[in-house]
Amino acid sequence: MATVAETNPAPHSAKGTGGHSWTRWLVVAVPYIWLILFFVAPFLIIFKISLSDTAIAMPPYLPTFDGFGSIGEFFSELDFENYIFLTDDPLYIMSYLSSLRIAAISTILLLLIGYPMALAMARAPTSIRPTLVMLVILPFWTSFLIRVYAWIGILKPDGLLTLALQTIGLMGEGEQVQIFRTDYAVFIGIVYSYLPFMVLPLYAALEKMDNTLLEAASDLGCPPWKAFWKITFPLSLPGVIAGSMICFIPITGEFVIPDLLGGADTLMIGKTLWTEFFGNRDWPLASAVAVILLVMLVVPIMIFQNQQKKVV
Amino acid sequence: MAKSLGPVKRKFSPWTDPNAVPFIRFENITKRFGDFVAVDNLTLDIYEREFFSLLGPSGCGKTTLMRMLAGFEEPTEGRILLQGQDISGVPPYRRPTNMMFQSYALFPHMSVEKNIAFGLEQDNMPKGEITARVQEMLKLVKLEQFAKRKPNQLSGGQRQRVALARSLAKRPKVLLLDEPLGALDKKLREETQFELMDLQQTLGMTFLIVTHDQEEAMTVSDRIAVMDKGVIMQVATPAEIYEAPNSRYVADFIGDINIIEGKVADTASALGAPGAVKIETEGLSITVDQECQAVKGDHVAFAIRPEKVRISPDAPADPSVNAFYGEVWDIGYLGDFSLFIVRSEDGRFMRAAQANVSRLVDRPITFEDKVWLTWPRDAGLVLTR
Repeated sequence: MATVAETNPAPHSAKGTGGHSWTRWLVVAVPYIWLILFFVAPFLIIFKISLSDTAIAMPPYLPTFDGFGSIGEFFSELDFENYIFLTDDPLYIMSYLSSLRIAAISTILLLLIGYPMALAMARAPTSIRPTLVMLVILPFWTSFLIRVYAWIGILKPDGLLTLALQTIGLMGEGEQVQIFRTDYAVFIGIVYSYLPFMVLPLYAALEKMDNTLLEAASDLGCPPWKAFWKITFPLSLPGVIAGSMICFIPITGEFVIPDLLGGADTLMIGKTLWTEFFGNRDWPLASAVAVILLVMLVVPIMIFQNQQKKVV
Repeated sequence: MAKSLGPVKRKFSPWTDPNAVPFIRFENITKRFGDFVAVDNLTLDIYEREFFSLLGPSGCGKTTLMRMLAGFEEPTEGRILLQGQDISGVPPYRRPTNMMFQSYALFPHMSVEKNIAFGLEQDNMPKGEITARVQEMLKLVKLEQFAKRKPNQLSGGQRQRVALARSLAKRPKVLLLDEPLGALDKKLREETQFELMDLQQTLGMTFLIVTHDQEEAMTVSDRIAVMDKGVIMQVATPAEIYEAPNSRYVADFIGDINIIEGKVADTASALGAPGAVKIETEGLSITVDQECQAVKGDHVAFAIRPEKVRISPDAPADPSVNAFYGEVWDIGYLGDFSLFIVRSEDGRFMRAAQANVSRLVDRPITFEDKVWLTWPRDAGLVLTR
């Protein structure tokens, strides 16, 4: 059948679908045009800047594109100097590693807190589940920045936490909580901010699980705690991976939380990037940092994509 | 010689032995879900190696009863004894019962052999023995070449076999089957019913099956419990249920039947036969040979299966008793049977089924023909409930 259709296309149907295929292409093209305009093009600009040299000028780098006449000269001035510099100074490597470490620990914390939450939500009576989902996304109704600022108010030495602990007598009058401007505060801020992104994919995976599977496991002699590891957890793996990726990737590049809650020694690549751009005005080096970060994060995304394909 | 009801399937009837000890005993079981009473003060004995069916419409409590035996629900009142042991409070994973679920509940992330091995692994059976048992089970359900497949790569019938193999693998004392064949088409269902019976005979297990399909229950069971609204209406062999239902409900639920309401006009002695009942109803006089509790004047029902009613264009010798005259209103041709719906002059209906024993008929009965429906005195029965 297929070969007949290929070698012998019916003229009517070809004419008939002509208009349709044009609109179909348009529909497909829109997101691609969007991606090219707002992702590929800016990325190429950043990539180009990362190959340039700093200059005291406006914009603060050289060479700039002066038209096609001097295009040979333009390309000859580009080099990988900034990338080589990144490997020379341990600060950058430390920043990357520290970011990955903080992102990894945060993701594990998020899983440990988010999984029981998602499981409880999925096991809750059907009638109250929408309310529980609503409660999880409720924080989004307030600005992210305001919520992080609120944590400053809680965690600072004379903040609400100290006050609360002093009131219930767990802490003496003169003592103060020393969490603010440490890595602990960063973890608290990250876990708090990203929890919905972990809970929702986990909930989606757990909610669609057939409860009779657990009954079957129990019927075959498997006690509930064992059934969790043999049935529930393996079946929720797509949710675990999705949640972990959705959290891990943006946490690695996180800037606001370490900047507001972290201390001077909290090293994260987002902060380093900000310092290079706005503190040192070294746009080329900052661009190189950004390009490396992107490449680093593409790897987990590809793992994620691969996993998704397997599930389908 | 005493007559018996229907064919005898096998010589197995521990329920008639007063000394037999029941294997499973439901004792005054009541189960409430909030205000809803799913099972109402129910007592039932099931014997070892019995193939027992719980039959009833959806919501009659049959599945709840089974789930209480499996341990997924606890009775609100009463207790369940298994081999004389009260099993209340014993969690499902410690009960010697295994269940085949209506949805099959196969673990989607495990291969066929892993699914079958699951229960055995829980018992910490040695690896070699597990492999051997899994192979044996795969052979039993004829799925050897599908061992490595995942459930979603199997057809409905194959999945059902995996579910069966999984529930049989542990050699449970009692196998519970919850609407096991519901998802199969008719041919495959009938085949599987016979396979289930063979399996039950070979393995010597007690099977408890929940179904709403009366044909399925009739085919496979030693005994059937017909349930309605949490109460057992009758427990009996398939033949007894069909030929001697104890109530209008059971008679109507199983198979096709004519039910004619009437009043007892006379009993036994006057009719010359020991234990005979004469029922009068408007324009119809019915005599039944049956020992009956009813006395003169009682409201009763006369019930007769359509296949026991004869249809003929000729008047019977005595048209005053056990005869119904009318015109053919509707004909259902079922291939093996033809069903005639006959309407009397006063607008009452009665159904007669005739086996199509020969391919060609001289003078077929057709619409608007005037016909006589007749039946012998022992063909129907009187229902007082």
